[in-house]
Amino acid sequence: MRTSMPEQKPKERIKNFNEVALGYSEEDAVKEASRCLNCKKPSCVKGCPVGIDIPGFIQLIKEKRFEDAIDKIKEKNSLPAICGRVCPQETQCEQLCILGKKGEPVAIGRLERFAADWERKKGVKPPEKVEDTNKKIAVVGSGPAGLTCAAELAKKGHSVTIFESLHKTGGVLMYGIPEFRMPKKIVESEIDYIKDLGVKIKTDMVVGKTIEVDELKKDFDAVFVATGAGLPMFMHLPGENLNGVYSANEFLTRVNLMKAYRFPEYDTPVTIGKRVAVVGAGNVAMDSARTSLRLGAEQVFIVYRRSEKEMPARKEEAEHAKQEGVKFMLLTNPIRFIGENGRVKKMEYIQMKLGEPDESGRRRPIPIKGSESVMGVDTVIMAIGQRPNPLVPKSMPGLETGRHGNIITDEHGKTSIKGVFAGGDIATGAATVISAMGMGKKSARAIDRYVKEK
Amino acid sequence: MEKANKTIAIFNISQHYFKNMFKIVKKETLAESTKMFEVEAERIAKKCMPGQFIILRIHEKGERVPLTIADFDRDKGTITIVFQEVGKTTFQLGKKNVGDEILDFIGPLGNPSEIEKFGNVVCIGGGTGIACVYPQVKMLKEKGNKVISIIGARTKNLLFWEEKMKKFSDQIIVTTDDGSYGRKGVVTLPLKEILEKEKIDRVIAIGPPIMMKFVAKTTLPYKVKTIASLNSIMVDGTGMCGACRCVVGGETKFACVDGPEFDAHLIDFDLLISRNKMYLDEEKKSLELYRGEI
Ligand SMILES: Cc1cc2nc3c(=O)[nH]c(=O)nc-3n(C[C@H](O)[C@H](O)[C@H](O)COP(=O)(O)OP(=O)(O)OC[C@H]3O[C@@H](n4cnc5c(N)ncnc54)[C@H](O)[C@@H]3O)c2cc1C
Ligand SMILES: Cc1cc2nc3c(=O)[nH]c(=O)nc-3n(C[C@H](O)[C@H](O)[C@H](O)COP(=O)(O)OP(=O)(O)OC[C@H]3O[C@@H](n4cnc5c(N)ncnc54)[C@H](O)[C@@H]3O)c2cc1C
Ligand code: SF4
Ligand code: SF4
Ligand code: FES
Repeated sequence: MRTSMPEQKPKERIKNFNEVALGYSEEDAVKEASRCLNCKKPSCVKGCPVGIDIPGFIQLIKEKRFEDAIDKIKEKNSLPAICGRVCPQETQCEQLCILGKKGEPVAIGRLERFAADWERKKGVKPPEKVEDTNKKIAVVGSGPAGLTCAAELAKKGHSVTIFESLHKTGGVLMYGIPEFRMPKKIVESEIDYIKDLGVKIKTDMVVGKTIEVDELKKDFDAVFVATGAGLPMFMHLPGENLNGVYSANEFLTRVNLMKAYRFPEYDTPVTIGKRVAVVGAGNVAMDSARTSLRLGAEQVFIVYRRSEKEMPARKEEAEHAKQEGVKFMLLTNPIRFIGENGRVKKMEYIQMKLGEPDESGRRRPIPIKGSESVMGVDTVIMAIGQRPNPLVPKSMPGLETGRHGNIITDEHGKTSIKGVFAGGDIATGAATVISAMGMGKKSARAIDRYVKEK
Repeated sequence: MEKANKTIAIFNISQHYFKNMFKIVKKETLAESTKMFEVEAERIAKKCMPGQFIILRIHEKGERVPLTIADFDRDKGTITIVFQEVGKTTFQLGKKNVGDEILDFIGPLGNPSEIEKFGNVVCIGGGTGIACVYPQVKMLKEKGNKVISIIGARTKNLLFWEEKMKKFSDQIIVTTDDGSYGRKGVVTLPLKEILEKEKIDRVIAIGPPIMMKFVAKTTLPYKVKTIASLNSIMVDGTGMCGACRCVVGGETKFACVDGPEFDAHLIDFDLLISRNKMYLDEEKKSLELYRGEI
C-alpha cells in the first residue's frame, strides 16, 4: 500500500483556495521511498518525459539525504515542485513502475514534490555560475516549455531573455491551474530559481505585436517559440454568447491571474451563479468546476459527452472533484443555451451513446434522438479544449503550421525558419506540463548545437 | 498607516516580477471627467498604427483596462491616451500625475485601421470616441481623402479636441444632445444630411455602442461602407480568453484580435450592449467602495 498524503477535508476545502493536498512529512516520505525496489532496469524512468533518475532520488530520500535527492532531480528537471503536483503520473512514470503490476506503484510524484518542498522550506541554494558563451537566445512565452528551455540554455552559459505577453510569468501555471492545486508562491519561487540562473524576463511583451520575431532574430542568435495553446474553443451553439457563458480560459484567468476570488479587494470581478454547468471533462474542466464551488456555487455539474472511462482529466482531479460534490452528467451534451435579459438561465442538452472508436481511439459519442431535456443553470463554463494561439504564427510569413494552427517542428524543435525553434503546446496542441518541459529541454539541446555552429 | 505598509510590501514583490515601468510625461484635463495622458512607451510608439489600443494595469491588484491609442509620437517615444472617469480604474488612473508610472502598459493590440485613399470620408467621434477617431482623421487626411468630421457629446462640457480635429478635417460639425454647443441633437442628424447631399465613400464611427448602432442604421440605406470600433469587455487582449467576443455577420469574433474594427452593418450591437452590462453590479460596488475609501 502506498503511503497516503494528507489532504484538507472536502467540506473545509471547498470554502477556501488553499492547497488541497498537503504533502508528505519526512516520515511519510521515507516510508514511501522504502517501497521502491531500486530496480536495475527501472521501467519508471521510461515513463518520465525528462528522464529523471527516479530510483536514484528515491534512494536518497530513503537515506534521508534530502538535499542530495533534490539535486539529483534537478539534474533533469528544473521545475520539480510543479511536476510533483500536476504531472499525470498515472499515465507516465507511475504507470510503468513495476510495483504497479501487482499492487500500487511507488508514489513517485509525491516524493518528487516532497523533495522540492523540503528544499524550498530550507531555502533554495543558488545555482552555480557557468562561463558565459556570449550567445544570446530569445524565448517567447514563459510557460513550462519556455521556462525549461531558458533554464537549460542558461545552464550552458548562454544569455537568455524570455518575452511574455501577460504581466506575469508562468503561463498556464499562473493563469490556468488554480491556487488550490498549484500555489502561485511555488510557481514564483521556481521562477526565481530560473532567474538565479541568469535568465532575464520581460513581461508585457506581446510578440507579434509589441515586437516581431524578425526583430528578435536580429538581436538574438536563436529564438524559441513557446506560446502555448491559449485559444479557447467554443461549440458555436445558440446562446453561447450570453452573459454567464464563459470560456474556461476567461473564467480561470479572472480567478487565478487577476485574483477575482478576492474581489473587491482585487479589482477584477467574476460572477458565479447557484447552478453551474461545466462542459468538458479534462483537467481544465475539473479546475473550473472546483473553482466554481469555492466561489460559492451550490451545485456544479460536469457535462461530458462520453463516459467516465474516456475522461481526459488526471484521476486525482476527477476524484477530488467528486469528493467535493461536483456532479457528473456523463454521456450528455449541451445543444442550446437559453437566456433572460441577456443572461443564461437554462441549458438544453441531449443524451449520447458511444459508437465506434474515432481517430483518437476513443469511442465516438452519438446523440440519442428524442432524449433532449432542459435544466436551469446560471453559469456555463466551456472547457472543451484549447487550440494553439495564432498570434505568433500569423505574424511569421513562411512559418509552416499544421491543420490546427500548431507550429510544425522536427523532433528537436526545429521549425521551417532557420534559427527559430518551437515547443510545448504551440507545437503539439494542448498537452501536459511535463511534455512541454520535455520539448523545451530537447529544443534547448538543439539550440545549443545551433548557436555553437553558427 | 497600516494600509500604506501593505502597499509597499506588495510593491516590492511586484518590482521583482514586473520590470517595465511607463512614465506619464504630460497630463491634461480635456473635458469634464475626461483626461489625457502622454505616456512613455517607446516600443509601442515605434510600431503602433491608428485603430490600435493598449491595455494598462495601474497597481498590483488592478484590472487590465483597454484604451485606444489616441495619438503617438514616434520620435519622443510616447503614446497618448484619453479616458473618461467612469469606474474605479479610470478614477484611480485620473489621480495619477506627471512623473508617476503605470505598472503595465501593453500594446499595440488589435489590428490597425484600414486607411487608404477612399475619396470622401466621414469620421464620427462620440464622447471619448473623439480621441479614438482622431489618429484616423489625421492619417486619412495625409492620404489625400476629403475628411468630414462630426464630433458629438451629451453636453458642451464633455467636448474636446475640436481644434485638433479641425486641423485635419475639410469640414467639422459639432453636436450636443442638449444644444449647449454646436448643433442640437445627435451625430446621425448631420450625417444623414451629408449622405443626402454628396457621395460618401466611407464612414468611420467610434463612440458609445448605441451611437455606432444608429450610425450603421443611418448609412445602411445609402450603402456606404461603415466601420465601427468595438469597446467590448476584455481581459488579456491577445485572443486568449474570449471575454471580448462579439458577433459579426453571424459569426463569433474576438474583438481584440479580429478587430476592434468591423463592418458596422454586420455587427450585432445589441449583443455588444448586453455583454458590456455583464459586471454592472460589481462595477458599481467597486466604485462605491473606492469612493468610501477616498
Ligand atoms: C486549467 C488547466 C489545467 C491544466 N492541468 C494540467 C495538469 O494537471 N497536468 C498537466 O500536466 N497539464 C495540465 N494542463 C496543461 C498544461 O498546463 C499545458 O500543457 C502546459 O502549460 C503547456 O506549456 P507551454 O509552455 O507550452 O504553454 P503555456 O503554459 O500555455 O505558456 C505559454 C505562455 O506564452 C505566453 N504567450 C502567448 N502568446 C504570446 C506572445 N504572442 N508573446 C509572448 N508571450 C506569449 C502566454 O501568455 C503564456 O504565458 C492544464 C492546462 C490548463 C489550461
Ligand atoms: C478596444 C477598446 C478601446 C477603448 N478605448 C477607450 C478610450 O480610448 N477611452 C475610454 O475612456 N474608454 C475606452 N474604452 C473603454 C474602457 O476600457 C472602459 O471605460 C474601462 O474599462 C472602464 O474601467 P473602470 O474600471 O474605470 O470602470 P468599470 O467599473 O469597469 O465600469 C464603469 C462603467 O463603464 C462602463 N464600461 C465598462 N467597461 C466598458 C467598456 N469596455 N466599454 C465601455 N464602457 C464600459 C460600465 O458599463 C460601467 O457603467 C475602450 C474599450 C475597448 C475594449
Ligand atoms: S517529472 Fe512527472 S513523469 Fe517525471 S518523474 Fe516526475 S512526476 Fe513522474
Ligand atoms: S519501477 Fe518502481 S520500484 Fe522500480 S525503481 Fe522505479 S519506482 Fe522504484
Ligand atoms: S480580450 Fe481575451 S480574447 Fe479578447
